[in-house]
Amino acid sequence: MDLFLQQIFNGIMLGSTYAVVALGLTLVFGILHIPNFAHGHLYMLGAYVSFFAMTKFGLGFWPALIISVLLLALAGVVVEFLVYRPLRDQPHINSFISAIGALMILETGVIVAWGPQAHRIPNPYPGTVEILGITMTQQRLLLIIAAIVLIVLLQLFIKKTTPGTTIEAVAQNREGAMLMGINVNRVSSLTFAISTGTAAAAATLVAPIFMISPAMGALLGMKAFVIVILGGLGSIPGAIVGGYILGLIEALGGGYLSADYKDVFAFGALLLILAFRPTGLFGREVH
Amino acid sequence: MAKYLKEKWFYLLLLAAALALPFIVTDRYIFQLVIMSLIFSIATLSLNLILGYTGQASLAHAGFFGIGAYGVGLMTKAGLSFWLALPLASLFSALVGFLIGLPTLRTRGSYFAIATLCFGVIILIVIGNWVEVTGGHTGLLGIPRPSIGGFEFETQTSQYYLVLAFVLLTLFVMHRLVFSLQGLSFMSIRNNEALAEAVGVNTFATKIISFMTANFFAGMAGGIYASLIGSISPSTASFHHTFNWLVFLLLGGVATLAGPILGAFAIPLLMEYLQFLQDYRLIIFGALLIIVIIYFPRGLMGGIDNLRDRIKKANQRRKAGGKNVVTASGKSHQAV
Repeated sequence: MDLFLQQIFNGIMLGSTYAVVALGLTLVFGILHIPNFAHGHLYMLGAYVSFFAMTKFGLGFWPALIISVLLLALAGVVVEFLVYRPLRDQPHINSFISAIGALMILETGVIVAWGPQAHRIPNPYPGTVEILGITMTQQRLLLIIAAIVLIVLLQLFIKKTTPGTTIEAVAQNREGAMLMGINVNRVSSLTFAISTGTAAAAATLVAPIFMISPAMGALLGMKAFVIVILGGLGSIPGAIVGGYILGLIEALGGGYLSADYKDVFAFGALLLILAFRPTGLFGREVH
Repeated sequence: MAKYLKEKWFYLLLLAAALALPFIVTDRYIFQLVIMSLIFSIATLSLNLILGYTGQASLAHAGFFGIGAYGVGLMTKAGLSFWLALPLASLFSALVGFLIGLPTLRTRGSYFAIATLCFGVIILIVIGNWVEVTGGHTGLLGIPRPSIGGFEFETQTSQYYLVLAFVLLTLFVMHRLVFSLQGLSFMSIRNNEALAEAVGVNTFATKIISFMTANFFAGMAGGIYASLIGSISPSTASFHHTFNWLVFLLLGGVATLAGPILGAFAIPLLMEYLQFLQDYRLIIFGALLIIVIIYFPRGLMGGIDNLRDRIKKANQRRKAGGKNVVTASGKSHQAV
């Protein structure tokens, strides 16, 4: 029973990262219809920025996190402008190929700059807590709570503030939003900034628990796409629920069936579900 | 015959050059690169069929390359002849393509790209962890070379001719396919799937055929690779290979027959001469990919076509005595 609870807890922890990362991706992919395949790589870059802010410049955990979020929000704006904006009216697949170019640059850039080896971010909260008979480090608990806070803040931003509602307006009807005087380019930049900024926050929060490496973005990016497709394109609740479900599938599958094949479960689930519903679980038709 | 020579002289010249190449290139290292480029030409040509002509970005291509490689590696190590193992492995790759195509080809656009990428990663994980069969991360070592009768393809020159024959076979099949009615239905799906469906093309079956054919040749390329190199590891099936072929394809010229080969040769050789940029190789690849897809969606072949059109126009103008001649450029200008 303890083992089971432990796995559930690990699943929720993994799921917190997935939910936040998928949430950022669903804004960009579902709302702007940009298949930002470099999302996972921007997440990786966020972890590296925090790592160097902490080790090279001796900053604390929280200042490093803020710097990482700001820099990555900027990086998101730049990527949108250079990589995706010129291809806006072209077939989806062209943006996808352009994204592959972007991720090659990001991954190799990090390898060239900081080497291919894995690093560990010093753990700011190494203490342990005991809840319901299972022990967990404070950092893991922090990750779970911070993810919930981030998700709630993001929801409030989109529903309650003017810039947030412009994102929703563009999602509902791009032409209509333009007619209402909304600058679609600005909304694109804003959405990208939020998307990559939250990814950087998630990356920094999870980095003290796992190692960071240049290759970590690829798999996570793919999983984020899996979640977004399963949860329904552009659906924010779908991304959140999907993120936690995937985390649990992985933790339980990895714990009880096979740790080597834990990623197969996630990707296998996608193939299986697409076999029955080509547009995802709650999906609409893609354009 | 004379007419045939007049029309096809350029291709015959190219073929002659290809046949004479082992006598021209003496550097063993460069020659090895040439052989690799030939193998990757087959892979890129087949990627071109599904991505370039049919418009479906399959990112599992290296996975099928890996299936072919491990298929041939395991079968020939078990004592089967290369000449039997290669078609079997290729067919198996096509069969897996069929099974994976059933769920994934019902999806469109980015969904298909992501679904196939996921499948590629599954293959990679399975190859890496199924130690009893695949040897895990060490891979398969000591795969026997192909041989005919008593002759073993041991020298580089013999291997070169062997691969060249397979490239020509692939080109022949692709040429017949692309310029057939089937090829037209591939392109109709790329250009407008809904319209193709409306005019009576069975789009799902057509996509399956294209996907299976592409995977057959991807598997074949993998099988040849395994047999000639002699050892394979999970990285053989890595999606980094798919990305490389994507670069070859797009820079060479998507939806052309010469483009994939041009890309598969030009880029590795170019990189070889820019050896000092080795670390930055993928950064340059990535930047080129973005620039090409945005500004030159037709790649190098597009550039060559433009040049040829211009020369033709200039010639006609000269013949017409300086009068303006309107020429209809028959090339379609499509993106991917």
